[in-house]
Amino acid sequence: MEATFYVAAAAALLATGMVITRRHAVHALLWFIVSLFAVAVIFYTLGAPFVAALEVIVYAGAIMVLFLFVVMLLNLGPAAAAAEGRLLSPGAWVGPAMVALVLAFQLGWLIWRGGAAQPAGQVPIAPADVGSALFGPYLLGAEICGLLLLTGLVAAAHLGRRRLPPLDAHREESP
Amino acid sequence: MIQLPLVQVLSLAGLLFVMGLIGLLVRRNALFMLISVEVMLNAAGLAFVAAGSRWQQADGQVMFLFILTVAAAEVAVGLALVLGLHRQLKTLDTDAADSLGG
Repeated sequence: MEATFYVAAAAALLATGMVITRRHAVHALLWFIVSLFAVAVIFYTLGAPFVAALEVIVYAGAIMVLFLFVVMLLNLGPAAAAAEGRLLSPGAWVGPAMVALVLAFQLGWLIWRGGAAQPAGQVPIAPADVGSALFGPYLLGAEICGLLLLTGLVAAAHLGRRRLPPLDAHREESP
Repeated sequence: MIQLPLVQVLSLAGLLFVMGLIGLLVRRNALFMLISVEVMLNAAGLAFVAAGSRWQQADGQVMFLFILTVAAAEVAVGLALVLGLHRQLKTLDTDAADSLGG
């Protein structure tokens, strides 16, 4: 189980290093998703299966899809088709795919040897415990989180309006 | 069975955080800066979960849930700002948005 942690940690560091050095946004996003997968494996070895699942579903699933939507919105035009062709070349996805394969191999190995019951030799914290803590002593925090999400929604809807005047009008007035 | 030393997990979280910080300071593309902030938030969450696992408490995971919420709200507002920046200045370079600089 310790080896699992070290391999996943190496994968996370490698993937994060690639995230901050890529030129193309989609390449960086691919590497970041792999980095999130690696951190999810680390969560699992730490005995936090609920958070590991959330990391994959919410972070790698929902938040990264938001990023991808914005990248697609920004790339409208004929140049987007050429960029799409370059994305399909193996150079773009072979690296992330290899690291993801290592993580998938770890997952299969853990399931095969039946280590799912006891990650890292300690009692895993069950989702039920997290739930009763979240809606017990941390109830106020959960409510504030809901309020924060609503605020974020309203702010994003407001900032995303299309009828903002262009800035250039101001620029030409003041040389 | 051996328990993972807390120091190693915290070192990993610190390294990931520093990588995100470097990305935030070095890159000038607004999208990459947002991704770097995500890396930093994720590293902070890793530290919380590691501490919670060390003392066998669910509190660390609850804190991770809060961090997840903050990250989701931040990404929604940040990406709306990125879209607005692109719409007005036709670029994602944050150095181009210097109207407040005088």
